[in-house]
Amino acid sequence: MREYYEFRFSGSGGQGIMLMGQILSEAAGAYEMKNVVQTRSYGPEARGGACRSEVIISQDPIDYLEVSKPNFLLALNQEAFDKYLWDLQENGTVVIDPDLVTVDPERVKGFNVFPVPVTAIAKNQVGMPVTANVVALGVMCSVTGVVSRKALESAVLAAAPNGTEKTNLKALAEGYKAASGFNLDQ
Amino acid sequence: MSAAKIPDISKYLTRLPHIWCSGCGNGIVVGAMLRSLEKLNLEQSQVAVVSGIGCSGRAGTYLNLCGFQPTHGRALAFATGVKLGNPKLHVIVLAGDGDTLSIGGNHFIHACRRNIDVTLVLFNNSSYGMTGGQHAPTTPEGYKTTTTPYGNIDGNFDAVDLAKSSGATYIARSTIYHASQLSDLIAKGISHKGFSVIEAMTICPTQYGRMNKLGGAVEMMETLRKDAVSAKKAAGMDTDALKEKLLTGELYVKEGATEYTEAVQNVIAKAQKRRAQ
Amino acid sequence: MKRNDSIRVWTGNDACAEGAIAAGVNFFAGYPITPASEISEVLARRLPEEGRTFVQMEDEIASLSSVVGASFTGMKAMTATSGPGFSLMQENLGFAIEAEIPCVIVDVQRVGPASGVATHPSQGDIMQARWGTHGDHPIIALAPYSVRETYDLTIRAVNLAEKYRSPVLLLSDAVIGHMSENMVVPASDEIEIINRTKPKVSPEEYKPYLAVGGEVPPMASYGDGYIWHTTGIIHDETGFPCTSNPNMIDFQVRRLHDKIAFNRDDIVTVDMRQMDDAEIAVVAMGSVARSAVKAVKMARDRGIKAGLIRLVTIWPFPDEEIIQYTSQLKAFVVPELNLGQIQGQLRQTVEGRTKIVGVNRIDSKLITPEQILESIQNEVKA
Repeated sequence: MREYYEFRFSGSGGQGIMLMGQILSEAAGAYEMKNVVQTRSYGPEARGGACRSEVIISQDPIDYLEVSKPNFLLALNQEAFDKYLWDLQENGTVVIDPDLVTVDPERVKGFNVFPVPVTAIAKNQVGMPVTANVVALGVMCSVTGVVSRKALESAVLAAAPNGTEKTNLKALAEGYKAASGFNLDQ
Repeated sequence: MSAAKIPDISKYLTRLPHIWCSGCGNGIVVGAMLRSLEKLNLEQSQVAVVSGIGCSGRAGTYLNLCGFQPTHGRALAFATGVKLGNPKLHVIVLAGDGDTLSIGGNHFIHACRRNIDVTLVLFNNSSYGMTGGQHAPTTPEGYKTTTTPYGNIDGNFDAVDLAKSSGATYIARSTIYHASQLSDLIAKGISHKGFSVIEAMTICPTQYGRMNKLGGAVEMMETLRKDAVSAKKAAGMDTDALKEKLLTGELYVKEGATEYTEAVQNVIAKAQKRRAQ
Repeated sequence: MKRNDSIRVWTGNDACAEGAIAAGVNFFAGYPITPASEISEVLARRLPEEGRTFVQMEDEIASLSSVVGASFTGMKAMTATSGPGFSLMQENLGFAIEAEIPCVIVDVQRVGPASGVATHPSQGDIMQARWGTHGDHPIIALAPYSVRETYDLTIRAVNLAEKYRSPVLLLSDAVIGHMSENMVVPASDEIEIINRTKPKVSPEEYKPYLAVGGEVPPMASYGDGYIWHTTGIIHDETGFPCTSNPNMIDFQVRRLHDKIAFNRDDIVTVDMRQMDDAEIAVVAMGSVARSAVKAVKMARDRGIKAGLIRLVTIWPFPDEEIIQYTSQLKAFVVPELNLGQIQGQLRQTVEGRTKIVGVNRIDSKLITPEQILESIQNEVKA
């Protein structure tokens, strides 16, 4: 089958969940010229306890506009994890921040679960807590290889506010590093 | 003013005779407005008149000027688009008190707030004439109309106060008895850079006058004459003496406030400068 | 790494705003409303950069009022809203139709009635678009199914408005408006721009509504030296009321309809896919059409002769284009995010010649390809 991915990023408002979707869409859509569709929670929903941003990446034109069986889930808080795990594809991958999410092993049977303390990494290794989303993006892309690292770096740079380029690249690198021990079993 | 000096306004008129009742004051207001154009010597094709719905709104139909009669209450909002679309045009709104202050009340206060260079000639006959003499937001308490057969219980707006507190920068009032003054005030309003409101007190002998036993057109005009006190004269009078009186003349003028089409141009300049950087 | 600069990852609302700029829209007035607000927000920033005018008005009524007012002076004018705001615009929409003033209204549809569900998609305004304003009137409405098509149809809406001196509606929805997709932005020389026809006669000879049989009367801009008047009252070719002349009233109202009806082939666009041998036709529009595309593919994979009739123009309704298939089809399957608004019109078009079944959702969720497929399969078996 031709390449087709469904990503779901989730967490709470302010964690940069929407921006993750935008950066990934930009990397896949404008740098690698794959087809992308991004949908997201909107307005009050996006400000609440569990917001999501979903990205479909495909070599073929994307017909149906919504993520129906995500291959990948990122959950950056408990509520998001509890709410958005249900329709994950068999053998799908879950990346969680173990400092923020407790996983019941029964619920994740048949999934690949990668715990990465992205918030702590952003704070301690990168030195800028708001880059946790970029660390997570590095983890997701390292694990999946959905876009090249170069494309992702370029998209991160384009989205980074002036003066934060180096910090954001470091965050991305920390994400790739943290994911280097993980192998996809699918 | 001698008769010889009254400007000829025939070139502005078309499609007469009009539909207004005998004794109606609307024709006098329209005449005053047209004489103001002639006095200002404006290029005829550079004037646009947006009119309201109702008796006064019909005025536009008799004018050989660019203009249109859109939906009830919205004339000022349409006029805002006309002026922004072509700021060189002299945009005049002819509309009644019900149209402007009731259904169009929101647009009225917001046109004042924006201070857009549009001139509103507000025909105030204290009622809805076209639909049969119902009460308007200008009908005084106690007065009878077809929808207040026991006397009006609603408070009434003072258009001048409302305009002032909403941000209009030229506000004047006159009456159909004082047609020459009315014409001068409209001319000043057109010349003023910013939103101008000229309240023209007019009469409806057919409905409102009859229901309230105010007499015929002549008596109603006589009442306007007696009630009117110029702002200058009023300055020297005590409050009691001014009760029931109608202040006329220039009632509020603020020069130098930013006009809206200029403000829009300023935004454009700012955006283009930022983009060039 | 270098990005491909002709590609943009835009939301539908971004694409609508940028399409408006590409189309030459130089006046936009709007009032905030979910899920259409981003169109205002983008244009508030972008139009001044282009030296053009953006205003936020006091409500939707004033928004369309000022849009129509600006169009009188020759501006290409547009507003954007959603269901509740669209309801407020209906009276002025009627004025623009009757006075024949070009303008574009974008309706990013959300769930109704009333405040409904502000952030979720619906196709509940199909009939409001057609008959929301009172009286007998024609209307043009288009519906995009992708971000790129939102861009293209915004341009087309502006062009059709100018060409036919008519309001044109763009019926987007909350999914199309809020989702991002990557799209190739066409070069400006690839974009067709249509401007309204100005009068060729002298100001003295000009009659703003002089036209017969589907012609579009030329429109002078206020300030151009042509003095002309109009009104929402039924008027004759001069723009002045003709309410005491029944023949003229009849002629003028029919002329409005003829103007659109005689030119329907230029206005109507339908995207037909795999219809040649189809036994089941899915009729869909907007975001739902994306589910329909997938459903038709899934059906074909299962050996079912399914095809797609995607309505790009909703009004005037593509009846001729659809009728040609009635005899070859077992059924029309009509998925829509309402309880059967397109379906009702289709019944009128098909006049009982072919079975019609609806797939309807009003729970704020998009119809899935599987739901449509199920309906297709049921009709094959039936």
